[in-house]
Amino acid sequence: MSFQNITFSKSELARYNRHIIIPEFGIAGQEKLKAAKVIVVGSGGLGSPLLLYLAAAGVGTIGIVDFDTVDDSNLHRQVLFGVNEVGKPKVLAAKQRLEQLNPHIEIIAYNTQLTSKNALKLISDYDVVADGTDNFPTRYLVNDAAVLAGKPNVYASIFQFEGQVSVFNYTNKQGEVGPNYRDLYATPPPAGLIPSCAEGGVLGVLPGIIGSLQANEVIKIITGLGDPLSGKLFTFDALSFETRTFNISKNPLTYKIKELIDYEQFCGVKAVEKKIKEISAEEFQTWKDDGEEFQVIDVRETNEYETVNIGAHLIPLSQVIDRADEIERERKVVVHCKLGGRSAKAIRQLEEHFGFENLYNLTGGITAYLELNNVNEILK
Amino acid sequence: MATIIIPTPLRKFTNQQTRIKVGGENIQQSINELISEFPDLKKNLLEDNGKIRNYVNIFIGNKDIRDLLNEHTLVEHDTVISIVPAIAGGSSNQL
Repeated sequence: MSFQNITFSKSELARYNRHIIIPEFGIAGQEKLKAAKVIVVGSGGLGSPLLLYLAAAGVGTIGIVDFDTVDDSNLHRQVLFGVNEVGKPKVLAAKQRLEQLNPHIEIIAYNTQLTSKNALKLISDYDVVADGTDNFPTRYLVNDAAVLAGKPNVYASIFQFEGQVSVFNYTNKQGEVGPNYRDLYATPPPAGLIPSCAEGGVLGVLPGIIGSLQANEVIKIITGLGDPLSGKLFTFDALSFETRTFNISKNPLTYKIKELIDYEQFCGVKAVEKKIKEISAEEFQTWKDDGEEFQVIDVRETNEYETVNIGAHLIPLSQVIDRADEIERERKVVVHCKLGGRSAKAIRQLEEHFGFENLYNLTGGITAYLELNNVNEILK
Repeated sequence: MATIIIPTPLRKFTNQQTRIKVGGENIQQSINELISEFPDLKKNLLEDNGKIRNYVNIFIGNKDIRDLLNEHTLVEHDTVISIVPAIAGGSSNQL
Protein backbone atom coordinates (compact mmCIF):
# COMPACT_ATOMS: atom_id res chain seq x y z
CA MET A 1 0.00 0.00 0.00
CA SER A 2 1.79 3.14 -1.21
CA PHE A 3 0.58 6.50 0.06
CA GLN A 4 3.39 8.69 -1.25
CA ASN A 5 1.41 10.14 -4.16
CA ILE A 6 -1.80 10.81 -2.28
CA THR A 7 -3.10 14.36 -2.41
CA PHE A 8 -6.16 16.01 -0.90
CA SER A 9 -8.51 18.65 -2.22
CA LYS A 10 -9.50 21.59 -0.03
CA SER A 11 -12.84 20.05 0.77
CA GLU A 12 -11.19 16.76 1.72
CA LEU A 13 -8.77 18.55 4.05
CA ALA A 14 -11.71 20.31 5.67
CA ARG A 15 -13.61 17.03 6.01
CA TYR A 16 -10.72 15.14 7.60
CA ASN A 17 -9.48 18.04 9.74
CA ARG A 18 -10.34 16.42 13.08
CA HIS A 19 -8.28 13.38 12.12
CA ILE A 20 -5.38 15.38 10.80
CA ILE A 21 -5.03 17.53 13.91
CA ILE A 22 -4.51 14.49 16.14
CA PRO A 23 -0.70 14.57 16.47
CA GLU A 24 -0.25 10.78 16.18
CA PHE A 25 -2.59 10.62 13.20
CA GLY A 26 -1.66 13.67 11.15
CA ILE A 27 -1.77 14.01 7.40
CA ALA A 28 0.22 10.76 7.04
CA GLY A 29 -2.55 8.77 8.74
CA GLN A 30 -5.13 10.29 6.46
CA GLU A 31 -3.00 9.57 3.40
CA LYS A 32 -2.72 5.93 4.44
CA LEU A 33 -6.50 5.74 4.77
CA LYS A 34 -7.02 7.23 1.32
CA ALA A 35 -4.52 4.84 -0.22
CA ALA A 36 -6.06 1.81 1.49
CA LYS A 37 -8.40 -0.77 0.00
CA VAL A 38 -10.70 -2.60 2.39
CA ILE A 39 -13.13 -5.37 1.47
CA VAL A 40 -16.14 -5.82 3.75
CA VAL A 41 -17.89 -9.18 3.53
CA GLY A 42 -21.51 -8.78 4.60
CA SER A 43 -23.35 -5.48 4.66
CA GLY A 44 -25.82 -6.31 7.41
CA GLY A 45 -25.80 -5.57 11.13
CA LEU A 46 -22.02 -5.46 11.54
CA GLY A 47 -21.38 -4.17 8.02
CA SER A 48 -23.63 -1.15 8.51
CA PRO A 49 -21.64 0.72 11.18
CA LEU A 50 -18.39 -0.67 9.83
CA LEU A 51 -19.04 0.69 6.34
CA LEU A 52 -20.41 3.99 7.58
CA TYR A 53 -17.31 4.65 9.71
CA LEU A 54 -14.80 3.43 7.11
CA ALA A 55 -16.42 5.62 4.46
CA ALA A 56 -16.66 8.61 6.80
CA ALA A 57 -13.04 8.14 7.88
CA GLY A 58 -11.91 8.35 4.26
CA VAL A 59 -10.80 4.81 3.37
CA GLY A 60 -10.06 5.35 -0.32
CA THR A 61 -11.48 2.14 -1.77
CA ILE A 62 -14.14 0.03 -0.11
CA GLY A 63 -15.39 -3.22 -1.64
CA ILE A 64 -18.68 -4.64 -0.36
CA VAL A 65 -19.69 -8.26 -0.90
CA ASP A 66 -23.28 -9.32 -0.25
CA PHE A 67 -25.98 -11.08 -2.27
CA ASP A 68 -28.94 -10.27 -0.02
CA THR A 69 -31.73 -7.74 -0.42
CA VAL A 70 -32.94 -5.32 2.25
CA ASP A 71 -35.83 -6.72 4.30
CA ASP A 72 -38.12 -5.04 6.85
CA SER A 73 -36.68 -7.27 9.56
CA ASN A 74 -33.18 -5.85 8.90
CA LEU A 75 -34.04 -2.27 9.77
CA HIS A 76 -33.88 -2.58 13.58
CA ARG A 77 -30.10 -2.96 13.37
CA GLN A 78 -28.89 -2.39 9.79
CA VAL A 79 -28.68 1.38 10.00
CA LEU A 80 -27.32 1.76 6.47
CA PHE A 81 -30.83 1.22 5.15
CA GLY A 82 -34.26 2.80 5.42
CA VAL A 83 -37.75 1.85 4.31
CA ASN A 84 -37.09 3.16 0.81
CA GLU A 85 -34.40 0.51 0.32
CA VAL A 86 -36.56 -2.49 1.27
CA GLY A 87 -36.39 -5.00 -1.57
CA LYS A 88 -33.22 -3.51 -3.09
CA PRO A 89 -29.88 -5.37 -3.24
CA LYS A 90 -27.97 -4.46 -0.07
CA VAL A 91 -24.69 -3.68 -1.82
CA LEU A 92 -26.34 -1.22 -4.19
CA ALA A 93 -28.31 0.48 -1.42
CA ALA A 94 -25.12 0.63 0.68
CA LYS A 95 -23.08 2.08 -2.20
CA GLN A 96 -25.65 4.81 -2.75
CA ARG A 97 -25.75 5.70 0.95
CA LEU A 98 -21.96 5.70 1.34
CA GLU A 99 -21.42 7.82 -1.77
CA GLN A 100 -23.76 10.40 -0.25
CA LEU A 101 -21.77 10.24 2.95
CA ASN A 102 -18.38 10.64 1.27
CA PRO A 103 -18.08 11.47 -2.44
CA HIS A 104 -14.26 11.45 -2.26
CA ILE A 105 -13.90 7.69 -2.03
CA GLU A 106 -14.61 4.75 -4.33
CA ILE A 107 -17.21 2.14 -3.39
CA ILE A 108 -17.18 -1.13 -5.34
CA ALA A 109 -20.31 -3.26 -4.94
CA TYR A 110 -20.14 -7.03 -5.50
CA ASN A 111 -23.74 -8.19 -5.62
CA THR A 112 -22.78 -11.81 -5.19
CA GLN A 113 -22.23 -14.48 -2.60
CA LEU A 114 -18.61 -14.99 -1.52
CA THR A 115 -17.72 -18.51 -2.64
CA SER A 116 -14.67 -20.75 -2.81
CA LYS A 117 -14.50 -19.85 -6.51
CA ASN A 118 -14.43 -16.05 -6.23
CA ALA A 119 -13.06 -15.41 -2.72
CA LEU A 120 -9.34 -15.41 -3.46
CA LYS A 121 -9.66 -13.21 -6.51
CA LEU A 122 -11.85 -10.69 -4.65
CA ILE A 123 -9.75 -10.57 -1.50
CA SER A 124 -6.40 -10.40 -3.31
CA ASP A 125 -7.29 -6.99 -4.68
CA TYR A 126 -7.56 -5.50 -1.17
CA ASP A 127 -5.25 -4.69 1.75
CA VAL A 128 -7.57 -5.59 4.63
CA VAL A 129 -10.54 -7.96 4.93
CA ALA A 130 -13.37 -7.25 7.36
CA ASP A 131 -15.64 -10.18 8.18
CA GLY A 132 -19.19 -9.13 9.03
CA THR A 133 -20.88 -12.31 7.86
CA ASP A 134 -23.58 -14.24 9.64
CA ASN A 135 -22.82 -17.94 9.21
CA PHE A 136 -20.05 -20.45 9.86
CA PRO A 137 -19.37 -21.58 6.25
CA THR A 138 -18.64 -18.00 5.14
CA ARG A 139 -16.57 -17.28 8.26
CA TYR A 140 -14.24 -20.22 7.55
CA LEU A 141 -14.16 -19.25 3.88
CA VAL A 142 -13.22 -15.62 4.67
CA ASN A 143 -10.58 -16.83 7.12
CA ASP A 144 -8.99 -19.34 4.79
CA ALA A 145 -9.02 -16.96 1.82
CA ALA A 146 -7.43 -14.21 3.96
CA VAL A 147 -4.73 -16.66 5.10
CA LEU A 148 -4.02 -17.83 1.55
CA ALA A 149 -3.96 -14.25 0.24
CA GLY A 150 -1.83 -13.07 3.19
CA LYS A 151 -4.29 -10.38 4.30
CA PRO A 152 -5.28 -9.36 7.83
CA ASN A 153 -8.84 -10.41 8.67
CA VAL A 154 -10.71 -8.13 11.07
CA TYR A 155 -13.36 -10.35 12.59
CA ALA A 156 -16.53 -9.60 14.53
CA SER A 157 -19.48 -11.75 15.49
CA ILE A 158 -22.65 -11.27 17.51
CA PHE A 159 -25.34 -13.29 19.26
CA GLN A 160 -28.27 -11.86 21.23
CA PHE A 161 -26.46 -9.64 23.77
CA GLU A 162 -22.90 -10.78 23.19
CA GLY A 163 -20.22 -9.84 20.69
CA GLN A 164 -16.70 -10.95 19.78
CA VAL A 165 -13.92 -9.05 17.98
CA SER A 166 -10.44 -10.12 16.91
CA VAL A 167 -7.81 -9.51 14.25
CA PHE A 168 -6.69 -12.68 12.52
CA ASN A 169 -3.70 -13.44 10.30
CA TYR A 170 -2.04 -10.14 11.15
CA THR A 171 1.63 -9.73 10.29
CA ASN A 172 3.36 -7.56 12.86
CA LYS A 173 6.35 -5.29 12.36
CA GLN A 174 8.69 -8.20 13.11
CA GLY A 175 7.07 -10.19 10.29
CA GLU A 176 5.37 -12.63 12.68
CA VAL A 177 1.91 -13.78 11.63
CA GLY A 178 -0.70 -13.96 14.40
CA PRO A 179 -3.35 -16.65 14.92
CA ASN A 180 -6.29 -17.10 12.57
CA TYR A 181 -9.89 -18.19 13.15
CA ARG A 182 -8.97 -21.87 12.88
CA ASP A 183 -6.47 -21.48 15.72
CA LEU A 184 -9.32 -20.22 17.87
CA TYR A 185 -12.02 -22.59 16.63
CA ALA A 186 -10.60 -25.58 14.78
CA THR A 187 -14.04 -26.76 13.70
CA PRO A 188 -17.51 -25.22 13.77
CA PRO A 189 -20.17 -26.50 16.15
CA PRO A 190 -22.38 -29.18 14.62
CA ALA A 191 -25.64 -27.78 13.26
CA GLY A 192 -28.25 -27.42 15.95
CA LEU A 193 -25.96 -27.51 18.98
CA ILE A 194 -24.96 -23.92 19.72
CA PRO A 195 -28.10 -21.86 19.14
CA SER A 196 -27.99 -19.29 16.34
CA CYS A 197 -29.22 -15.70 16.07
CA ALA A 198 -31.93 -16.94 13.75
CA GLU A 199 -33.35 -18.79 16.75
CA GLY A 200 -32.25 -16.34 19.39
CA GLY A 201 -32.29 -12.89 17.81
CA VAL A 202 -29.93 -10.01 18.43
CA LEU A 203 -30.23 -6.73 20.28
CA GLY A 204 -30.34 -4.09 17.54
CA VAL A 205 -27.71 -1.81 19.04
CA LEU A 206 -25.20 -4.64 19.60
CA PRO A 207 -23.89 -4.83 16.01
CA GLY A 208 -23.63 -1.03 16.20
CA ILE A 209 -21.22 -1.36 19.13
CA ILE A 210 -19.29 -4.36 17.83
CA GLY A 211 -19.18 -3.19 14.19
CA SER A 212 -17.76 0.15 15.35
CA LEU A 213 -15.00 -1.66 17.27
CA GLN A 214 -14.31 -3.59 14.07
CA ALA A 215 -13.99 -0.32 12.13
CA ASN A 216 -11.57 0.91 14.82
CA GLU A 217 -9.32 -2.13 14.26
CA VAL A 218 -9.40 -1.68 10.47
CA ILE A 219 -8.33 1.95 10.85
CA LYS A 220 -5.57 1.01 13.31
CA ILE A 221 -4.18 -1.61 10.93
CA ILE A 222 -4.17 0.80 8.01
CA THR A 223 -2.61 3.70 9.87
CA GLY A 224 -0.26 1.60 11.99
CA LEU A 225 -1.53 3.31 15.14
CA GLY A 226 -1.73 1.44 18.43
CA ASP A 227 -1.79 -2.30 18.90
CA PRO A 228 -4.18 -4.29 16.75
CA LEU A 229 -6.28 -6.96 18.48
CA SER A 230 -4.06 -9.70 17.07
CA GLY A 231 -3.55 -12.69 19.36
CA LYS A 232 -6.49 -11.52 21.44
CA LEU A 233 -10.21 -12.18 21.49
CA PHE A 234 -12.38 -9.35 22.83
CA THR A 235 -15.86 -10.15 24.12
CA PHE A 236 -18.63 -7.81 25.20
CA ASP A 237 -21.74 -8.69 27.16
CA ALA A 238 -24.28 -5.90 26.72
CA LEU A 239 -26.38 -7.03 29.68
CA SER A 240 -23.68 -7.12 32.35
CA PHE A 241 -21.57 -4.52 30.52
CA GLU A 242 -18.62 -6.81 31.05
CA THR A 243 -15.81 -6.82 28.55
CA ARG A 244 -13.08 -9.41 28.53
CA THR A 245 -9.95 -9.71 26.41
CA PHE A 246 -8.54 -13.22 26.17
CA ASN A 247 -5.11 -14.18 24.90
CA ILE A 248 -5.17 -16.55 21.95
CA SER A 249 -2.21 -18.13 20.27
CA LYS A 250 -1.32 -20.13 17.20
CA ASN A 251 -2.15 -23.76 17.67
CA PRO A 252 0.50 -26.07 16.19
CA LEU A 253 -2.20 -28.69 15.62
CA THR A 254 -4.34 -26.34 13.52
CA TYR A 255 -5.21 -27.57 10.05
CA LYS A 256 -2.81 -26.09 7.50
CA ILE A 257 -4.83 -24.16 4.96
CA LYS A 258 -3.66 -25.07 1.45
CA GLU A 259 -6.72 -24.40 -0.69
CA LEU A 260 -10.35 -23.32 -0.38
CA ILE A 261 -12.76 -26.20 0.22
CA ASP A 262 -16.52 -26.84 0.29
CA TYR A 263 -17.38 -24.87 3.42
CA GLU A 264 -21.04 -25.84 3.55
CA GLN A 265 -20.00 -29.46 3.71
CA PHE A 266 -17.25 -28.68 6.24
CA CYS A 267 -19.72 -26.89 8.53
CA GLY A 268 -22.75 -29.10 7.85
CA VAL A 269 -24.87 -26.01 7.26
CA LYS A 270 -25.82 -23.95 4.28
CA ALA A 271 -24.42 -20.43 3.96
CA VAL A 272 -27.52 -19.27 2.16
CA GLU A 273 -30.99 -20.59 2.65
CA LYS A 274 -33.43 -20.19 -0.21
CA LYS A 275 -36.45 -18.19 0.80
CA ILE A 276 -39.73 -20.06 0.80
CA LYS A 277 -43.14 -18.65 -0.09
CA GLU A 278 -45.21 -17.59 2.88
CA ILE A 279 -48.85 -16.84 3.58
CA SER A 280 -50.14 -15.06 6.67
CA ALA A 281 -53.17 -16.24 8.64
CA GLU A 282 -55.09 -13.20 7.28
CA GLU A 283 -54.22 -14.01 3.65
CA PHE A 284 -55.09 -17.65 4.25
CA GLN A 285 -58.50 -16.59 5.56
CA THR A 286 -59.01 -14.40 2.48
CA TRP A 287 -58.18 -17.33 0.19
CA LYS A 288 -60.79 -19.39 2.02
CA ASP A 289 -63.39 -16.61 1.92
CA ASP A 290 -62.77 -16.06 -1.80
CA GLY A 291 -63.23 -19.74 -2.55
CA GLU A 292 -59.69 -20.08 -3.90
CA GLU A 293 -58.70 -23.62 -4.87
CA PHE A 294 -55.92 -25.00 -2.67
CA GLN A 295 -54.87 -27.98 -0.60
CA VAL A 296 -53.89 -27.71 3.07
CA ILE A 297 -51.24 -30.00 4.58
CA ASP A 298 -50.66 -30.29 8.35
CA VAL A 299 -47.17 -31.61 9.23
CA ARG A 300 -47.68 -31.87 12.99
CA GLU A 301 -47.88 -35.19 14.84
CA THR A 302 -51.09 -37.25 14.97
CA ASN A 303 -51.76 -36.46 18.64
CA GLU A 304 -51.48 -32.74 17.98
CA TYR A 305 -53.83 -33.11 15.03
CA GLU A 306 -56.36 -34.95 17.17
CA THR A 307 -56.30 -32.15 19.77
CA VAL A 308 -57.17 -29.51 17.23
CA ASN A 309 -57.08 -29.29 13.44
CA ILE A 310 -58.48 -27.20 10.62
CA GLY A 311 -59.42 -30.08 8.36
CA ALA A 312 -56.03 -30.30 6.66
CA HIS A 313 -54.52 -33.45 5.21
CA LEU A 314 -52.17 -34.82 7.89
CA ILE A 315 -48.62 -35.84 6.92
CA PRO A 316 -46.25 -35.56 9.92
CA LEU A 317 -42.91 -33.93 9.09
CA SER A 318 -41.01 -37.21 9.40
CA GLN A 319 -43.18 -38.71 6.64
CA VAL A 320 -43.31 -35.91 4.05
CA ILE A 321 -40.57 -37.36 1.86
CA ASP A 322 -42.17 -40.81 1.72
CA ARG A 323 -45.67 -39.45 1.20
CA ALA A 324 -44.87 -36.59 -1.18
CA ASP A 325 -47.20 -38.09 -3.82
CA GLU A 326 -50.15 -37.15 -1.58
CA ILE A 327 -49.30 -33.48 -2.09
CA GLU A 328 -50.95 -31.85 -5.08
CA ARG A 329 -48.94 -30.11 -7.77
CA GLU A 330 -51.69 -28.51 -9.84
CA ARG A 331 -53.15 -26.33 -7.08
CA LYS A 332 -51.58 -24.09 -4.47
CA VAL A 333 -50.71 -25.96 -1.27
CA VAL A 334 -50.64 -24.32 2.17
CA VAL A 335 -48.42 -26.21 4.61
CA HIS A 336 -48.79 -25.59 8.32
CA CYS A 337 -47.66 -26.85 11.71
CA LYS A 338 -48.11 -25.30 15.16
CA LEU A 339 -46.01 -22.16 14.68
CA GLY A 340 -44.46 -22.36 11.21
CA GLY A 341 -41.04 -23.94 11.89
CA ARG A 342 -41.70 -27.56 10.99
CA SER A 343 -43.78 -26.60 7.95
CA ALA A 344 -40.88 -24.45 6.67
CA LYS A 345 -38.60 -27.47 7.06
CA ALA A 346 -41.12 -29.67 5.23
CA ILE A 347 -41.35 -27.19 2.35
CA ARG A 348 -37.56 -27.03 2.01
CA GLN A 349 -37.33 -30.82 1.91
CA LEU A 350 -40.12 -31.10 -0.66
CA GLU A 351 -38.69 -28.33 -2.87
CA GLU A 352 -35.20 -29.79 -2.67
CA HIS A 353 -36.13 -33.43 -3.30
CA PHE A 354 -39.13 -33.14 -5.60
CA GLY A 355 -38.98 -29.64 -7.07
CA PHE A 356 -42.33 -28.45 -5.71
CA GLU A 357 -43.03 -24.81 -6.60
CA ASN A 358 -46.58 -24.43 -5.29
CA LEU A 359 -46.02 -24.66 -1.52
CA TYR A 360 -46.84 -21.83 0.90
CA ASN A 361 -45.83 -21.77 4.56
CA LEU A 362 -48.56 -20.57 6.93
CA THR A 363 -46.67 -18.07 9.10
CA GLY A 364 -47.47 -18.41 12.77
CA GLY A 365 -48.97 -21.82 12.01
CA ILE A 366 -52.33 -23.07 13.19
CA THR A 367 -51.84 -20.96 16.33
CA ALA A 368 -52.00 -17.70 14.38
CA TYR A 369 -54.96 -18.95 12.35
CA LEU A 370 -56.95 -19.97 15.43
CA GLU A 371 -56.13 -16.68 17.14
CA LEU A 372 -57.37 -14.81 14.10
CA ASN A 373 -60.63 -16.68 14.37
CA ASN A 374 -60.79 -16.24 18.14
CA VAL A 375 -60.65 -19.96 18.77
CA ASN A 376 -59.34 -20.52 22.26
CA GLU A 377 -58.23 -24.08 21.82
CA ILE A 378 -55.39 -25.26 24.00
CA LEU A 379 -52.46 -26.20 21.81
CA LYS A 380 -50.09 -28.53 23.53
CA MET B 1 -15.16 -22.41 44.73
CA ALA B 2 -14.30 -21.24 41.22
CA THR B 3 -16.72 -19.17 39.17
CA ILE B 4 -17.75 -20.18 35.66
CA ILE B 5 -19.07 -17.43 33.38
CA ILE B 6 -21.75 -18.81 31.06
CA PRO B 7 -21.93 -17.23 27.58
CA THR B 8 -25.21 -16.00 26.14
CA PRO B 9 -25.80 -18.95 23.76
CA LEU B 10 -25.60 -21.45 26.62
CA ARG B 11 -27.64 -19.57 29.20
CA LYS B 12 -30.82 -21.27 28.14
CA PHE B 13 -29.32 -24.43 29.62
CA THR B 14 -28.55 -22.77 32.99
CA ASN B 15 -31.91 -21.12 33.63
CA GLN B 16 -30.35 -17.87 32.39
CA GLN B 17 -27.77 -17.89 35.19
CA THR B 18 -24.60 -16.12 34.07
CA ARG B 19 -22.17 -16.99 36.87
CA ILE B 20 -22.07 -20.34 38.54
CA LYS B 21 -19.92 -21.38 41.48
CA VAL B 22 -18.39 -24.81 41.19
CA GLY B 23 -15.95 -26.97 43.11
CA GLY B 24 -13.27 -29.21 41.61
CA GLU B 25 -9.52 -29.14 41.63
CA ASN B 26 -9.03 -28.77 37.91
CA ILE B 27 -10.95 -27.64 34.83
CA GLN B 28 -12.27 -31.12 34.03
CA GLN B 29 -13.71 -31.55 37.53
CA SER B 30 -15.19 -28.04 37.54
CA ILE B 31 -16.82 -28.55 34.15
CA ASN B 32 -18.13 -31.95 35.23
CA GLU B 33 -19.64 -30.36 38.32
CA LEU B 34 -21.28 -27.69 36.18
CA ILE B 35 -22.71 -30.37 33.91
CA SER B 36 -23.99 -32.43 36.81
CA GLU B 37 -25.97 -29.37 37.87
CA PHE B 38 -27.09 -28.49 34.34
CA PRO B 39 -27.07 -31.76 32.35
CA ASP B 40 -28.32 -30.11 29.14
CA LEU B 41 -24.95 -28.40 28.83
CA LYS B 42 -23.18 -31.70 28.31
CA LYS B 43 -23.80 -32.14 24.60
CA ASN B 44 -22.64 -28.57 23.98
CA LEU B 45 -19.45 -28.79 26.01
CA LEU B 46 -18.18 -32.37 25.89
CA GLU B 47 -17.45 -34.95 23.23
CA ASP B 48 -18.82 -38.45 23.77
CA ASN B 49 -15.45 -39.41 25.24
CA GLY B 50 -15.72 -36.64 27.85
CA LYS B 51 -13.16 -34.32 26.20
CA ILE B 52 -14.00 -30.64 25.87
CA ARG B 53 -15.30 -29.90 22.36
CA ASN B 54 -12.88 -28.01 20.14
CA TYR B 55 -15.37 -25.31 19.16
CA VAL B 56 -15.65 -24.35 22.83
CA ASN B 57 -12.78 -22.32 24.25
CA ILE B 58 -12.16 -22.24 27.96
CA PHE B 59 -10.13 -19.52 29.57
CA ILE B 60 -8.82 -19.10 33.09
CA GLY B 61 -8.66 -15.36 33.59
CA ASN B 62 -7.47 -14.26 30.15
CA LYS B 63 -5.44 -17.41 29.45
CA ASP B 64 -6.53 -20.18 27.10
CA ILE B 65 -6.35 -23.53 28.89
CA ARG B 66 -4.75 -24.93 25.71
CA ASP B 67 -1.74 -22.78 26.58
CA LEU B 68 -1.79 -24.19 30.13
CA LEU B 69 -2.55 -27.84 30.95
CA ASN B 70 -5.86 -28.14 29.10
CA GLU B 71 -8.51 -29.82 31.25
CA HIS B 72 -5.88 -30.67 33.85
CA THR B 73 -5.23 -27.00 34.56
CA LEU B 74 -5.65 -26.42 38.27
CA VAL B 75 -8.33 -24.08 39.57
CA GLU B 76 -8.20 -22.05 42.76
CA HIS B 77 -11.09 -20.85 44.88
CA ASP B 78 -10.98 -17.42 43.22
CA THR B 79 -10.45 -18.67 39.63
CA VAL B 80 -12.75 -17.20 37.01
CA ILE B 81 -13.42 -19.66 34.18
CA SER B 82 -14.91 -18.31 30.95
CA ILE B 83 -16.57 -20.53 28.38
CA VAL B 84 -16.36 -18.89 24.94
CA PRO B 85 -18.10 -20.84 22.18
CA ALA B 86 -17.96 -20.02 18.48
CA ILE B 87 -20.76 -17.70 17.43
CA ALA B 88 -21.41 -16.92 13.79
CA GLY B 89 -24.20 -14.35 13.64
CA GLY B 90 -27.64 -14.40 12.16
CA SER B 91 -27.79 -17.52 10.10
CA SER B 92 -27.14 -21.18 10.85
CA ASN B 93 -29.12 -23.05 8.32
CA GLN B 94 -28.97 -26.77 8.70
CA LEU B 95 -28.49 -28.94 5.66
